[in-house]
Amino acid sequence: MCDQTFLVNVFGSCDKCFKQRALRPVFKKSQQLSYCSTCAEIMATDGLHENETLASLKSEAESLKGKLEEERAKLHDVELHQVAERVEALGQFVMKTRRTLKGHGNKVLCMDWCKDKRRIVSSSQDGKVIVWDSFTTNKEHAVTMPCTWVMACAYAPSGCAIACGGLDNKCSVYPLTFDKNESMAAKKKSVAMHTNYLSACSFTNSDMQILTASGDGTCALWDVESGQLLQSFHGHGADVLCLDLAPSETGNTFVSGGCDKKSMVWDMRSGQCVQAFETHESDVNSVRYYPSGDAFASGSDDATCRLYDLRADREVAIYSKESIIFGASSVDFSLSGRLLFAGYNDYTINVWDVLKGARVSILFGHENRVSTLRVSPDGTAFCSGSWDHTLRVWA
Amino acid sequence: MPIPPRASPLAMAAGPASHGGCPRAQMPHLSKMERVVVSMQDPDQGVKMRSQRLLITVIPHAVTGSDVVEWLIQKYCISEEEALHLGVLLVRHGYLYALREPRSPGLQLDETLYRFQTPYFWTSTLWPAAELDYAIYLAKKNIRKQGALVDHEKEHYDQLHRKINHTWDLVVMQAREQLRAAKQRRKGDRLVIACQEQTYWLVNRPPPGVPSVLEQGPGRGSGMARRVQMTKNTDFYKQEIECCTKALGRIRVKSSVCLEAYLKFSSQHRPHDPIMSGCLPSNPWITDDDTYWAMNAPNVAAPTKLRVERWGFSFRELLADPVGRANFMDFLRKEFSAENLSFWEACEELRHGGQAQIPTLVDSVYQQFLAPGAARWVNIDSQTMERTLEGLRQPHRYVLEDAQLHIYMLMKKDSYPRFLKSDMYKGLLAEAMILPETKRRVFPFMWKPRHSSLSPALPPASASVEPVAAAGGPGGAEGEA
Repeated sequence: MCDQTFLVNVFGSCDKCFKQRALRPVFKKSQQLSYCSTCAEIMATDGLHENETLASLKSEAESLKGKLEEERAKLHDVELHQVAERVEALGQFVMKTRRTLKGHGNKVLCMDWCKDKRRIVSSSQDGKVIVWDSFTTNKEHAVTMPCTWVMACAYAPSGCAIACGGLDNKCSVYPLTFDKNESMAAKKKSVAMHTNYLSACSFTNSDMQILTASGDGTCALWDVESGQLLQSFHGHGADVLCLDLAPSETGNTFVSGGCDKKSMVWDMRSGQCVQAFETHESDVNSVRYYPSGDAFASGSDDATCRLYDLRADREVAIYSKESIIFGASSVDFSLSGRLLFAGYNDYTINVWDVLKGARVSILFGHENRVSTLRVSPDGTAFCSGSWDHTLRVWA
Repeated sequence: MPIPPRASPLAMAAGPASHGGCPRAQMPHLSKMERVVVSMQDPDQGVKMRSQRLLITVIPHAVTGSDVVEWLIQKYCISEEEALHLGVLLVRHGYLYALREPRSPGLQLDETLYRFQTPYFWTSTLWPAAELDYAIYLAKKNIRKQGALVDHEKEHYDQLHRKINHTWDLVVMQAREQLRAAKQRRKGDRLVIACQEQTYWLVNRPPPGVPSVLEQGPGRGSGMARRVQMTKNTDFYKQEIECCTKALGRIRVKSSVCLEAYLKFSSQHRPHDPIMSGCLPSNPWITDDDTYWAMNAPNVAAPTKLRVERWGFSFRELLADPVGRANFMDFLRKEFSAENLSFWEACEELRHGGQAQIPTLVDSVYQQFLAPGAARWVNIDSQTMERTLEGLRQPHRYVLEDAQLHIYMLMKKDSYPRFLKSDMYKGLLAEAMILPETKRRVFPFMWKPRHSSLSPALPPASASVEPVAAAGGPGGAEGEA
């Protein structure tokens, strides 16, 4: 049994022995009861003797999930597109490639923007991680990782370091230096250690903590300086493919998506899963918070993007079209949250009207699947990276 | 290129290797494409069928590229560009093939005729492509062409010959048998089957320079499933049950309320969204003029009007902007409550700081803000203060969370609204700049050099250092004037 501390704030009659005691909440077969500490302890040991077979647990989990869906449906009084009827439709949309960044020798797998709104870091299959000033298209730094398939990279908030990792199962932090005499690889810091590939990483609000997601099914929070594991997040049933930090003022949460078709919201402090959503029909490749922090979008191999509201605790929109057959690999919102940009495995980028649910535009240009897509920090453009070895900035 | 699989030890039970197992599950786009081609072949609603004449044979059930595109446009209400793109993908994945050589990887819109691949040879059916089958296919080709195989096929042929040398007799025997059986068929059938087989191998063993459409990346399908499947043991279900039970106890908000919030947020932020509303003087990416960034630099002296307006949207937006926060701090000083914001900032530093700095930071915060008689004592309610002081005995990253939240809410509910109503803020709004729009340059050849900016990674003392690299020129830059 795992340790559980309950805030004892209720006095009353125990549901089991009926004595007047300090009570704590207890869950028995999905029912909430109030037991005194003695009875709670007895129940804990009872649990071990009861023949809780795998099958009975599984069916209990299934029935709870069903009940949860019922509860969620009760407060669902209107659809998003109905509410959005009175919103003006968007006009013709023209976005073009304004910059093409060539220099990677193989598939581009991930990219991230610097807070200065123009620099980006990108990583590729051949192990190269490049920092560009994408406005001038100049390359400023380049690192060769000791592994191939660098699937995750991130820019530090200060702009002074980058983090990356992939098939090496690690996340390493490289301070960016312009000193010709120093090689960036020399100052490299190995921060995270997983037991399978690193699929995503992100700095939290500072350069000193990193959040990682891995093919080993877990996410983890690390202290950069010491490499210490601060918190780990277990709950996904398969590889975790993506994560995004909540733009919250007071809380500490993030969302992750995985090959188990689930998106899960986590509390960074306790390591607990706060909310979970399981409506996609295939791997969830990308998750991104809506700018207000009250919702997030996810892109999946089932060729749909979906919007989940955290307060309503349910899926509230699906962005799909019959002609869109290939999976969405990467999603991001425009600054106001009105547009959702999604990169797909059919080499295109579809632009969705978040409120009305309709597709606004389709952008061609890449010659292989779009693997990564991020809107710039000030919303003036977005950058897409592709297996065609290039990155494009669109505006 | 196949990547060597990585072992996943310990608590994970690795999924079974997917030999002959569900590529359709791991590649859902294949089933969807299959549904599309099946509807294309519907006798009533499908694409118009023609016959292809090849020398003296007639091959039925062929379609032109334009008919395919037209059908897609009608069926899915998409543009010609999108329909053509989808058609090309169908060809690349081997669901359509051209009868005549040369077979380009695209979809020709001329009189070139295509046929639909037989389901037997769909990638998802005959999965994964077996080496033995490939060897037999190459052997057949080799025999027919009397040793004159194309480069990469010759290489593969030699490789396979070495690799499965022990069964090579079987391979050659099979090849001969299949060729003999083929001779007994009608010429038309023989041709079609050859095309079908060739298309299958073009997809599963693409020639060099042609990217494989079946490549999925590490850990995902391609017959090399290193995907982890957590052992669904009792702990896993217990955790799911716990998560669900907690979720059942959540307080939910009505959908109508939540969705209205999106409308409000989007419309409020729309003028601030450069992609939706443009930006003044111009979007740097479009005009190559970075004035917009200069005017909106983090610590600019004169913030723009839009920026000052944003401070009024939410307390979070105000604090997130360094200029906004600085102005708010000034305001708080006038109200003698600046220690609240300083305390909040110190707590943020603790929350997001390095592990090693925690004890010092906690101590410094205590000394400055919480100790009795502290110089900048913050006014927290007694319950929270008691809990915090108790927690300080064993300092950790979140020890000040309650106190921080209390002060944050105090500022948000009290000081912030007063700030927005203050003369100071109103003055800032009135003074704030609205920039005129820079007209788009009419003459593209009056090309403006793109200025570099100092990298944030440069040490601060290097203000005198030359900016990194001169203005961008050719070499990968693609501007659209």
